[in-house]
Amino acid sequence: MKRTNELIVSLAVLAVVTVITWGLFAVGDNMPRGVTPFSQDVYHLHNTVLGIVTVIGILVFTAMFTSVVVHRKSKGYEAAKFTHSTKAEITWTTIPILILIVIAIPATSVLIDMEDTGGAEMNVKITGYQWLWKYDYIEDGVSFYSALDRESNRARQIGSGINPRDVDNYLLEVDNRLVLPTNTRIRFLLTADDVIHSWWVPELGWKRDAIPGMINEAWTYIEEEGVYRGQCAELCGKDHGFMPIVVEAVSPEEYRRWVEAQGGEVAMKPEEHPNFVGRGRASGSDAGTEDSAETINIAVLDQG
Amino acid sequence: MSNATTAHHDDHHGHHPTGLARWLFTTNHKEIGTLYLVFSLIMFLVGGAMAMVIRAELFAPGLQLVNPEFFNQMTTMHALVMIFGAVMPAFVGLANWMIPLMIGAPDMALPRMNNWSFWILPFAFAILLSTLFMPSGAPASGWTLYPPLSLQGGNSLAFVILSIHLMGISSIMGAINVIATILNMRAPGMTLLRMPLFVWTWLISAFLLIAVMPVLAGAVTMLLTDRFFGTSFFNAAGGGDPVLYQHIFWFFGHPEVYILILPAFGIISEIIPTFSRKRLFGYTAMVYATATIAFLSFIVWAHHMFTVGMPLGAQLFFMYATMVIAVPTGVKIFNWISTMWRGSMTFETPMLFALGFLVMFTIGGLSGLMLAIVPADYQYHDSYFVVAHFHYVLVTGSVFAIMAGVYYWLPKWTGHMYDEKLGKIHFWWSTISVNVLFFPQHYLGLAGMPRRIPDYAVQFTEFNMISSIGGFAFGLAQLLFAFIVWKCVRGGAPATAQVWEGARGLEWTVPSPAPLHTFDTPPKVDDSVTAHKDELS
Repeated sequence: MKRTNELIVSLAVLAVVTVITWGLFAVGDNMPRGVTPFSQDVYHLHNTVLGIVTVIGILVFTAMFTSVVVHRKSKGYEAAKFTHSTKAEITWTTIPILILIVIAIPATSVLIDMEDTGGAEMNVKITGYQWLWKYDYIEDGVSFYSALDRESNRARQIGSGINPRDVDNYLLEVDNRLVLPTNTRIRFLLTADDVIHSWWVPELGWKRDAIPGMINEAWTYIEEEGVYRGQCAELCGKDHGFMPIVVEAVSPEEYRRWVEAQGGEVAMKPEEHPNFVGRGRASGSDAGTEDSAETINIAVLDQG
Repeated sequence: MSNATTAHHDDHHGHHPTGLARWLFTTNHKEIGTLYLVFSLIMFLVGGAMAMVIRAELFAPGLQLVNPEFFNQMTTMHALVMIFGAVMPAFVGLANWMIPLMIGAPDMALPRMNNWSFWILPFAFAILLSTLFMPSGAPASGWTLYPPLSLQGGNSLAFVILSIHLMGISSIMGAINVIATILNMRAPGMTLLRMPLFVWTWLISAFLLIAVMPVLAGAVTMLLTDRFFGTSFFNAAGGGDPVLYQHIFWFFGHPEVYILILPAFGIISEIIPTFSRKRLFGYTAMVYATATIAFLSFIVWAHHMFTVGMPLGAQLFFMYATMVIAVPTGVKIFNWISTMWRGSMTFETPMLFALGFLVMFTIGGLSGLMLAIVPADYQYHDSYFVVAHFHYVLVTGSVFAIMAGVYYWLPKWTGHMYDEKLGKIHFWWSTISVNVLFFPQHYLGLAGMPRRIPDYAVQFTEFNMISSIGGFAFGLAQLLFAFIVWKCVRGGAPATAQVWEGARGLEWTVPSPAPLHTFDTPPKVDDSVTAHKDELS
């Protein structure tokens, strides 16, 4: 009798837990699929692992709530005496290991792919500053700073009286966008001038820290034209929330036209940028970060 | 048992001071336990108030209430206060109260040091909180204090580092005391494999504490000399390495997060058998799983920093090692459910919190497995997905377990039953609101919202509003908790020695409230009194 009881209850519980889980998936956002082969790999990997952990969760909660419903004192259920089962322990050690191996295989191959930064057709150096980004197109000689656009900057002040909803792409728009060609293997070299920043555009599928005194590498291959927005992801001081990233992916032909239009324009010094607040704020720790960005610049060019 | 505990204590312990002196000079494990727990509750409310500021600012896009500097101070201080002020002292308080009672010891092994390790804490936190009132403000670089950002702050950094040192000293002394007590003061017959799991998990946590608190001390001392004495440990321009700090910090930090959860596992392992009226399933496996988790905690630290640019081999190693943690953690979950299975369950407040823990800690554990997958972590890292993950394991994990433990042992401490009806209201209110608070943060992270930002793009508005509403409701529920505890201390239905029908173990053989001195004569221990029995042991 009891066995059927448990079975029926567990099916009912399974249905309830599944419906709740489905509801949680239905109302929420998921990771964007993105526009690069890597971002799509990550998206599929994420969905696979999410699916696996969801099934595990549903089974665990079904067992648990079945017990909660059936094995209650108020229903006159007498406690059993068992306290151990080696067979069970081995089972629930082995099965998770197998599941982990199933997850680890695709995760490893996607990671190996991401870490191979060779074969780049163009290089862009990204430098994080408090609180803006600098982009150097190493081959094309284009170089500029990219900071939060004026409208967002006005609206974000306390008591600005501007409703953020009335600002286009509030906090996700910049003065100078990072223009990149589609269908091109692009290598990024990331560093920072003052503190650690992290360059993250979800549609590209990754973030990578920009660290003063170090150069990190990452790559992308954008397959679709469009505008992709992101933000600094590593806490970098008071305006960490206000140094967005906007990538504008255009066709290679349009990209060439864009480069020519930039025609040898010399970038401003960071100090001249209206949004620049960095460096001087580093009260007391002025020992030597001054020239690090320049040094790195030279190092990169030597490598290239 | 009570004859051994109440009758004679006046003879050989002399006069007990009253008033403030009683608490200042006490060397009694129960009084020190109470001090820790009260301190922890106060810090929980202080840290919670900071969380309310954070959630209020994030209620709507645009900056309304605080400026970004102060917002960053709030996120930093909220974490430091909650981790070092609320959760850790709560566990030490529970250890002080319960470990001697559980192993049949008259007190902790080192009572004077016990007093000192508590009384350091109010000073440490006075120093930490005083930075809020300094001209340069409290630290605003996140609780991890990553350089170079943390080195940009004002002189308050020195105060923060001093207070971290004090907390570390306090923790290490507390850990030494726990180890000395457990290894030396067990009643005859209380063999290691008869110890309650709360004692086991604390023993293992104490070793972790001794291993890693000095590492944290080293890391912050290097910050101190970098900031004030011209060294360049973490300054690339001077030949140092900012990433080195992160490696050292997380070598402390990852064992630290297990310090925050292992005693919680212990509490849950006490409560579920009691209210299932069935002995813990797989006791020995639980002990080994705890030890395995502790060992693994030392070799997974870099999963906190997958985006700093590590070699492929290192990333793969840390990914695999992190994934492996799911195995012993899974063993624990399965054993708890097997303990419940075919038990005879009742659902008093401690059990409700334990079940809440089981569900929500599992959610946090599963999202932890997702975070282990390096390529996917490139997306999750430093997003609200991580915020959701660690609040599921820390709030609905550690904090829920602490609350479960408080409801479970409160009748033993005070001699009164707490108000069961209010306790149940507190549980349901907390559980619903905490999920409204943290579950939407998964969505925010996946949609691309970074953590530690005071303002956000408008597409994140709805889930932030929902999260904030959940946050305010959860905060309010904890005032109810404080009231329930206060009410129970003041009075209530008298508690029996055993308190709970299914309770087993030495702590339930002494009267309620537990008299100041217990087990002056060691009890005799065999399988009939211990909470756990496993054929393997």
